[in-house]
Amino acid sequence: MEEVREQVSHMPRIGEAAPAFEAVTTHGKLKLEDFKGSWLILFSHPADFTPVCTTEFIAFAEIHPELQKRGVELLGLSVDSVSSHIAWVRNVEEKIGVRIPFPVIADLNKEVSLAYGMIHPGQSKTETVRCVFIIDPNQIIRTILYYPLTTGRNMDEILRIIDALQTTDKNAVATPANWRPGDMVVVPPPSTQEMAEERLKQGYECTDWYLCKKKL
Amino acid sequence: MACISPDGKPTESGSKMLRALQAGLGSPEEIARDTGLPLFRVRSGLRELTQAGLASQKGDKYELSPKGGEVLGTSST
Repeated sequence: MEEVREQVSHMPRIGEAAPAFEAVTTHGKLKLEDFKGSWLILFSHPADFTPVCTTEFIAFAEIHPELQKRGVELLGLSVDSVSSHIAWVRNVEEKIGVRIPFPVIADLNKEVSLAYGMIHPGQSKTETVRCVFIIDPNQIIRTILYYPLTTGRNMDEILRIIDALQTTDKNAVATPANWRPGDMVVVPPPSTQEMAEERLKQGYECTDWYLCKKKL
Repeated sequence: MACISPDGKPTESGSKMLRALQAGLGSPEEIARDTGLPLFRVRSGLRELTQAGLASQKGDKYELSPKGGEVLGTSST
């Protein structure tokens, strides 16, 4: 039980400041603050030179140009050495023809993994699960995803979340289930009885006073 | 170090940043725009170059140091 408590010492939550770090990466030593002003997707994978992780790295590389258009940087992490990372990304480029453009943290001492709650002992005591932390330009955590070792992540969903968060920030709206860019957005619900009475007269598409949508 | 090879010479990205400093650019944002390097990369690179004595920091801006100028003069990258 003590070991479990040590491994899962901190679980950052949505709305909190992302834990600061300085880490060795394939692009040199990077600090979280180096990414201030950009959106950042910090994601972990269990291990280099493993099959599901390789498909995910390829998939992240393929969406990298779309992320860049949206002002988003990628930063990977696993509990592997920087030499392992370098060998693996070179192998992916040589064998599969995909260049990995983003840095990858070599978190051998598990400092970043533990700060972000990336090690789940029920899955592995030594490897991170598949985490995604979406961090905004003010370095606040906005979304957290945890996937098991066996299940590769979905890049469409990650892009969709980025689009949804950026739409929310720009327009002060929420996004409904399965929302895609161009779909109607949710108008924030009224917070007083008076506003609720006025809501149905405001020209939105309403199911009732608390569920109204509009086109942007 | 990402910007300086073990032999003490700047890497290609390190040289780009030093040349930008030599041209009078001082903020990480300006240098990122000029070099085409990502901003996070420039911020960490300038920190490294400063630690190596090739650049100096004054507030939010950076300047090429005399040692940095010498290295640029002798660097083949």
